[in-house]
Amino acid sequence: MRVNNIKREFNKGLWEVNPLMRQLLGMCSTLAITTTVMNAIFMGLGVMFVLICSAFFVSLIRKIVPQEVRIAVYAVIIATFVTIVDIFFKAKFPLVSKALGPYVPLIIVNCIILGRCEGFSSRNSILVSVLDGLGMGLGYSWVILVLAILREILGSGKLLGISILPNSYNPLIVMVLPAGAFLILGLLLAIMNSIDIKRKG
Amino acid sequence: MIKNIKIVAVLTFTCLLCAFLLSLVNILARDETEKNQRREIEEAIFNLSPLTKRIEKFILDNDNVYRLLDQDNKLVGYGFIAQGNGYQGTIKILVVANQSLDELEGIEIIESSETPGLGGRIKEGLFKDQFKKLKVQPQIECIKDGTKKANQIQSITSATISSKAVVNIVNQKIKEIRDNINNESK
Repeated sequence: MRVNNIKREFNKGLWEVNPLMRQLLGMCSTLAITTTVMNAIFMGLGVMFVLICSAFFVSLIRKIVPQEVRIAVYAVIIATFVTIVDIFFKAKFPLVSKALGPYVPLIIVNCIILGRCEGFSSRNSILVSVLDGLGMGLGYSWVILVLAILREILGSGKLLGISILPNSYNPLIVMVLPAGAFLILGLLLAIMNSIDIKRKG
Repeated sequence: MIKNIKIVAVLTFTCLLCAFLLSLVNILARDETEKNQRREIEEAIFNLSPLTKRIEKFILDNDNVYRLLDQDNKLVGYGFIAQGNGYQGTIKILVVANQSLDELEGIEIIESSETPGLGGRIKEGLFKDQFKKLKVQPQIECIKDGTKKANQIQSITSATISSKAVVNIVNQKIKEIRDNINNESK
């Protein structure tokens, strides 16, 4: 029972209540940075790190934080880890950091993270909260990765910066523009919904 | 009353802990970040001034100034960082100028936080490239339309403040550097 429960808390972020496809949270960064796969990988890692760390700390201090200031405390914790990610990227991966631009610091206001802190970690034990964060982080990552792979291939004929389509392929410029992100996201949502409908029979 | 004290205590403690963590990470990463920035600046200089083969850094009145030398070690220009307020925050610009500091080789925006899509476009070629071979004497001017003179650039539509900020920052710094270099050679 307990093991099943733990498994469920981890799994739910991947599909059932996927932060992007089911809760439709954090759309801004998702649409903006999925033009290249490299960006998506680093964004996914960054968000996952912040989700896990903030879930751990919010859960750790959930019993001593007064109700009145909980959001402020969460915001400070989230901002700290996001800034750590930002500094780390700047030091170790300057090119990625440049490409992601303001979207790394903007993870601070990503509602997925505040949503998980307020809605889950502040009420659950540390282990379950961290698993929830990991699951949500992976759920976020796979969706932006799929978006980025499709957009990079269709929009520039490349994958991870390497040309994979023949030169005769005429890139669909719309795919690297915001409109392309909406199109792919809509299609993905439709696919996921139809899978769910089939499953339920 | 006790409740209030608890609120203040928790907030203070969280902030202290977070500030400590952040400064720790910052110290650990500082060397690396500075190295990256230096590399970025040097690459930008080589791009803007193709004659440059070697860069020599020296300190001039608290500023880092780069002396640009060609293959015969002859001075071909100067590079320096100009910094000032934009519309939303500090704009940091690399300025590369010729050896007499009256004409720009070009500029590169190193750091800015202008509105994306509006002032943020100061980073784009269309705006930035106007500074290539631009005359700085008597000073750079920002115009909205009409024909540009040798010392004029056209501002970005709906981002006049950002455009003007870049021009003012460059104008001010280049004058400062010019005066300092003249003083030193006297």
